[in-house]
Amino acid sequence: MDFTFNEEQYFFQQTLKDFLTDNVTPASIRRRWDSDDGFDQDAWRSLCELGTSATQIPEDCGGLGLRFDDIIMMIQACGQAALPEPLVEHSFIAAPLLAQLHASQPSERVADILAAMASGEAMVLTASMINPYVNFAHSATHVLLQFGDDLHLIDSKDCTLTHVTSVDRSRRLAEVKCQPNGTTCLTNGRLGSELWQATLNRGALANAAQLLGLAETLVQMAVKHASDREQFGKPVGVNQAVKHLLADCAVKIEFAKPVVYRAAYTLAVAPNRADWAVSHAKVSATEAAQLAARHCIQVFGAMGYTWECDVHIWAKRVWALANEWGDVGFHKNRIHEWLVQPKALLGPEFTFGRRNIRDVEHID
Amino acid sequence: MELIYTPQQQDFRMEIRDWLREHVPTDKLASFDTAEGFAAHREWEKTLASGNWGMVTWPEAYGGRGCDLIEWLIFEEEYYRAGAPLRVNQNGIFLLGPTLMEYGTPAQKERFISAMASGQEMWAQGWSEPGAGSDMAAIRCRADRDGDDFIINGQKIWSTRAVFADWVFGLFRSDPSSSRHHGLSFILVPLNAPGVTVRPIPQLNGLPGFAEIFFDDVRVSAENLIGGEGEGWSIAMSTAGFERGLMLRSPARFQQASKKLVELYRERRNDILDLSIEDAVVKCYMDAEAYALSTYQTASRLQQGAKIGPESSCNKIYWSELDIKIHETALSLLGAHAEVEQSDAPDQSVVSAWLDGFLFSQSGPIYAGTNEIQRNIIAERLLGLPRR
Ligand SMILES: Cc1cc2nc3c(=O)[nH]c(=O)nc-3n(C[C@H](O)[C@H](O)[C@H](O)COP(=O)(O)OP(=O)(O)OC[C@H]3O[C@@H](n4cnc5c(N)ncnc54)[C@H](O)[C@@H]3O)c2cc1C
Repeated sequence: MDFTFNEEQYFFQQTLKDFLTDNVTPASIRRRWDSDDGFDQDAWRSLCELGTSATQIPEDCGGLGLRFDDIIMMIQACGQAALPEPLVEHSFIAAPLLAQLHASQPSERVADILAAMASGEAMVLTASMINPYVNFAHSATHVLLQFGDDLHLIDSKDCTLTHVTSVDRSRRLAEVKCQPNGTTCLTNGRLGSELWQATLNRGALANAAQLLGLAETLVQMAVKHASDREQFGKPVGVNQAVKHLLADCAVKIEFAKPVVYRAAYTLAVAPNRADWAVSHAKVSATEAAQLAARHCIQVFGAMGYTWECDVHIWAKRVWALANEWGDVGFHKNRIHEWLVQPKALLGPEFTFGRRNIRDVEHID
Repeated sequence: MELIYTPQQQDFRMEIRDWLREHVPTDKLASFDTAEGFAAHREWEKTLASGNWGMVTWPEAYGGRGCDLIEWLIFEEEYYRAGAPLRVNQNGIFLLGPTLMEYGTPAQKERFISAMASGQEMWAQGWSEPGAGSDMAAIRCRADRDGDDFIINGQKIWSTRAVFADWVFGLFRSDPSSSRHHGLSFILVPLNAPGVTVRPIPQLNGLPGFAEIFFDDVRVSAENLIGGEGEGWSIAMSTAGFERGLMLRSPARFQQASKKLVELYRERRNDILDLSIEDAVVKCYMDAEAYALSTYQTASRLQQGAKIGPESSCNKIYWSELDIKIHETALSLLGAHAEVEQSDAPDQSVVSAWLDGFLFSQSGPIYAGTNEIQRNIIAERLLGLPRR
């Protein structure tokens, strides 16, 4: 039993964090807002060169073959920076979907696309039925389409996009329409269903980890503002009313973290038995981030309600990601359904599931 | 990260489970806030000690098993799962014990730890005074040095289980010219010493769960001084203090309570009209598990040599609010029956247990540093907001 990250995992996170701190600033994010495609090619190329796009791709396809718990803090770092480019969607949702397919049903076609994803030549996004829109579909080379249990790989040239405007200007959403057919289909049936279930879980968890990162930055910004801004001759942050708003956020964040990390571990070792852990993570992280957004805006005063102040870069991402890959209601319902099953394993001895209780006879 | 118990840890779990199955009393013991219940709980502590389960994290020489923190969590999980009696000596084993391990002399450890682990000596703690609640540095109760002794004068208050306990440990002002957190000493005082008067204070449920303690020229040997004279504050606030924060309320307690809540909900969900209850049940179960995960994470970090920091103040807020939510939700599920403390109804013991737990949950945000004080600590020391 060891609930800590290792040095390598911290190193991956730190490398990405350093890059994002230097390259993805509020000013550069606002420049993306003013551009047509909202996409920074240079940033994307550098992110791929860093190896981030290769982390979830198997070694025999030119990737690093890392586990989901190896990279969960990288996703958190994307949230901390409010990164606009769809690195999470490409590297941590689409790539492991294809990697999982490749593991159970290897094919040259999938190996090739995985290799192209690792190098950054291809940009692949998923169009899952749970989400009405695809973020940055216009920048993708391919789309992985869910059609019932079918999984289709579709060239983006064959897709029709209907753009909508998100409240979060960093997100460039489109409805994707295309004609899936026999040649575009990679798999279907039971395997397809399993892949999409695991993908929903990866998507939800990826959002949870980003929400955690977004919440952390929001609290940091609020702390800085409350320390700098003076009223009545002293920093506004000396007032307990202000302190306690932010302490409440810290408590929520502190207790969402292990939930998110546990879900990453569960996804890595048992992707098809991770529903409970993932839903728990999505709910906890969403609540932490929503509180952080609200309290951060409050601490900034009127400034927090402006377009000019950078708070909304993070707050709006929170509001967007909160409902993607299943909203809180969807995830609480999954937990509720499980809790009301008479056979559910409840109680302190089952925190990490049944498989750790060797002697099953002992379970009364 | 490997969230799997080792075969040794699994064997350990089964060993505890088997032992508890044979030894946990079948009938619930009376409250330890009654003389009869206290005696029964003291007996239970002795039974635990006879199996070397008194305090598993302590060295074998002191009646423990030299367990690490993960094993301690496993022990606690099995303990609450089995519905074993609450630990009447928790002040001793969870709070004073770790301090003695760190600061006690070999002679003090010899004298006090085994007697604590074996259930011979029960402990109360004496920090609070009428004028020193949240502001503990305002302590005035004096311990004047007189040769090899201290002479203690003054008053402590809200001392849990002092009515029936054998000893009290706490902070006393040993330097009369000092102020605030200087000049305080950490001293152990026998409650049967001449000059000690213990006056019970009935709690919300009417039972004398805590007490005032009056000291009138009470003479104690300086052998009962822990650490250096005047170093009491830093001992009370030490790393051991943080670790105590980890042990005070183990997650299993809330996981077991939320399991019971889910069971109650399954029985009654068809009769409830309040739509928020479903949500509350889900939330309680999730939050209890989150607390467990967080504790496993902290235990893993400590085992790798990390030190607990101010983030531990989050714990206190989290479990105390969770405890209230669990019990509030249970009372909502019980509806109009929830207020009934005593009756001849067949399921009265279920209602009484939830009601008593609910009353006790009201104190969680107050004791062990109020939640407002914890929020101040989080804001200033974890987040770095300005003090003034
Ligand atoms: C069940 C129970 C068991 C206890 N057991 C023991 C025991 O065994 N030994 C022992 O020594 N003590 C014990 N206590 C006492 C406990 O430690 C104190 O009650 C606690 O420290 C608060 O002190 P107080 O009650 O004097 O409240 P006060 O300090 O008077 O506080 C009153 C209110 O003001 C708020 N407040 C005070 N200062 C601040 C501030 N700076 N910022 C924001 N808000 C503030 C508090 O949060 C609280 O809401 C126990 C208490 C309870 C309820």
